[in-house]
Amino acid sequence: MTALTARPAATGPLAGTLPLARLALRRDRLMVPAWVLGLGLMTVGGASSIAALYDTPASRIGLARSMAGNGSLRALYGPVFDASTTGGLTAWRFGVFGAALAGLMGILLVVRHTRDEEEAGRLELVGAAAVGRRAPLTAALLTASGAGIALGLLVAVGLCAQGEGVAGSFALGLAFTLSTVVFASLAGVTAQLAETGRAARSLAGTVLGLAFLLRAAGDSAQDGGPSWLVWASPLGWTEQLRPFADERWWVVPLLLGAASALTAVAHALVARRDLDAGLLASRPGPATASRRLSGPFGLAWRLQRGSLYGWAAGFAVAGLAFGSLADGVADLIRDNARLADVFRRIGGAQQLTDTYLASMVSLLAMLASVYTVQSVLRLHGEETSGRAEPVLAGAVSRLRWAASHLVPAGLGGLALLLVAGLSLGLGHGATGGDLPGQASRMTGAALVLAPAVWFTGATAFVLHGVVPRAAGAAWGLLGFFLLVGLYGPVLDLPRPVLDLSPFSHLPKVPAEDPTALPLIVLGLLAAALTAVGAAGLRRRDLG
Amino acid sequence: MTTATTAGTAIAVSGLHKSFGRTHALDGLDLEVGTGEVHGFLGPNGSGKSTTIRILLGLLRADGGSARLLGGDPWRDAVPLHRRLAYVPGDVTLWRNLTGGEVIDLLGRLRGGLNPRRRDDLLERFELDPTKKGRAYSKGNRQKVALVAALASDAELLILDEPTAGLDPLMEEVFRSCVTEERSRGRTVLLSSHILSEVEALCDRVTIIRKGRTVETGTLAELRHLTRTSVTAELGAGPDGLDRLPGVHDLETTGNRVRLQVDSDSLGPVLQRLTEAGVRSLTSTPPTLEELFLRHYRNDLGEVVSR
Repeated sequence: MTALTARPAATGPLAGTLPLARLALRRDRLMVPAWVLGLGLMTVGGASSIAALYDTPASRIGLARSMAGNGSLRALYGPVFDASTTGGLTAWRFGVFGAALAGLMGILLVVRHTRDEEEAGRLELVGAAAVGRRAPLTAALLTASGAGIALGLLVAVGLCAQGEGVAGSFALGLAFTLSTVVFASLAGVTAQLAETGRAARSLAGTVLGLAFLLRAAGDSAQDGGPSWLVWASPLGWTEQLRPFADERWWVVPLLLGAASALTAVAHALVARRDLDAGLLASRPGPATASRRLSGPFGLAWRLQRGSLYGWAAGFAVAGLAFGSLADGVADLIRDNARLADVFRRIGGAQQLTDTYLASMVSLLAMLASVYTVQSVLRLHGEETSGRAEPVLAGAVSRLRWAASHLVPAGLGGLALLLVAGLSLGLGHGATGGDLPGQASRMTGAALVLAPAVWFTGATAFVLHGVVPRAAGAAWGLLGFFLLVGLYGPVLDLPRPVLDLSPFSHLPKVPAEDPTALPLIVLGLLAAALTAVGAAGLRRRDLG
Repeated sequence: MTTATTAGTAIAVSGLHKSFGRTHALDGLDLEVGTGEVHGFLGPNGSGKSTTIRILLGLLRADGGSARLLGGDPWRDAVPLHRRLAYVPGDVTLWRNLTGGEVIDLLGRLRGGLNPRRRDDLLERFELDPTKKGRAYSKGNRQKVALVAALASDAELLILDEPTAGLDPLMEEVFRSCVTEERSRGRTVLLSSHILSEVEALCDRVTIIRKGRTVETGTLAELRHLTRTSVTAELGAGPDGLDRLPGVHDLETTGNRVRLQVDSDSLGPVLQRLTEAGVRSLTSTPPTLEELFLRHYRNDLGEVVSR
């Protein structure tokens, strides 16, 4: 072959799809494996811990029986179709969540390689090369489907390797794969509708959330209730594939049909619109700034409020759900000595319901510290992107600028704890009685953890103020705190390791009585770290 | 310490040093800007213009030398000084979900307010839509947002770091007329640029820097004296004795055609000699800053070659 007889360049709307898909895989060489391994190992690992905790058919059937009576648990996880095998319990415990998370992976991957690229202007560069109109969308869908197939295979092979039934293992894997493909195609549509990646993600994410809620409503319905709602949701379809419980393979064409229809719509939309345009045009904003946007605090609040509202909404839903599960879960825990032991280590001894509630409070507080760290690190983002420069070139001191982001971080963390405690109390009170009493008791329990949230935020600020290059290490530190806090008690780590996490030092209310000393000490440490960060920020070069 | 800070000096920088790790960004830089003057701050990319400006804004701390801004210390007195100045960065990044109009108002309020009538007037002249969100603006439009915010303020001093990058020629013209108006209002402007025609059109005095050091400074007229005029002429007879005249460089003779370069203050005798030889046609290119700039820049290239 000589250079002259080289393959003619492909033409047509799909030209360049394969190179684009290769580029996408190269850019995602960390993200895709992280998602696939994370979700796959969660399921496979979960199966082996279920096998260990419920090691006899009798214990499994006992679990299923208490499950059947509890509407909130059915709403969260779906019904148990067959409790006689570990596989059946695994499909119940991880099936719906795994499918929902796989769908989320599909959404994120597709938007990242379509609308995000277009918004960043890189698609224009690519589009000028020999690339067809439909190639970027097709490449993104191929990438997401590939990730879904890898995930499905990992789950299927992993479960088979643990001795679960072959048909069931592959059915559960297939449920994850098909959910990825369906929601990836959905994101293909929303990426054409919205003008920004953020809007495309939130549109597709809303549909995913709705699908979860419809299924939850259908699954929790009593006899004669609207249980048909399950069939209105693609996540309900993946559940109704019933892995390990006489698989209903005829659900597969439904899911494939939905994916094909959505893909066809996405392609029809691509052919009809211009580059950079969305079908839902973004509305123009105000031509002048309102009076609230007149200083660094107004600006920081404007930048942070959307994220805080979203977090608060998530906390309210999670708190209500966890709270309403409290009595049911306490029954479950009581029936299983090993599980009870794990919960006691996280949440402290005494009443099992309180133990469970305390561990949920501490879980939500750890999540609140994720918000706080993210919010503190906005300082870093503003500085490195160059957006801090025009603010600091105004009559704004460095400390005032830092405070403008630290205040929403600290108060926002506190507000999230308040929402968490209040909603846990309301959820628990609504099912178990004594609504006002539970609400105030749980709110107090959540607020006790504020010093740990502030301390974690303060570590991020110290890094930003003193060693800005290493500000990203705040995420590593937070991850360490969370790992120790969540898995330390389960893994029975030694006390000195547990003590490295600020969350280990605070009383586990309501399972334990509150004591003031650890709160004061941790609060003072957080204040001291903040002062060190501020001193560093005043001294160093910015930008 | 120097005693450069007199009533008529807006910016006085002397012997400024700044290193980032092993790179010496500034290596003894001097810069003096008089009150009410438009001062061009010229240098190739990476020569230290932005670093100097960021020290003047108190964002970076100098390692050595002195810097005074409007009679104050740019590091210590940053907040009160910033009330009196407006700044346009070279690479403007905006908040994605704030509109251009909101950013203009916010930046104005951060330094103490802006003139609403001038704001509206500038929006119209720059043809900027203030209702678009930050993420939707092109590079040129982001630049316009920062320019409107700075020009609509009543600040005494404008610090503009390559403000016309990304503007189309029409908008560059609007920018030039705005700066001319600012000068007539008595404001001081520090204009960093590498676009020489812009500096020639706008600036009273110019400072040229290279590798973090000042190489030339003075009025445009003074600097022109350092440059040469190029002359091409077709003559009636072969020229004679041109090479013996002072100030003549790079003389080329092809038959009756000559090309030469001449120092600006030696132009008279050369023209006289050409007239004596019977000029049939004459082209002369006036001295430009570009030439001066390139002469310093070529030295850099020369160094690279000789290494």
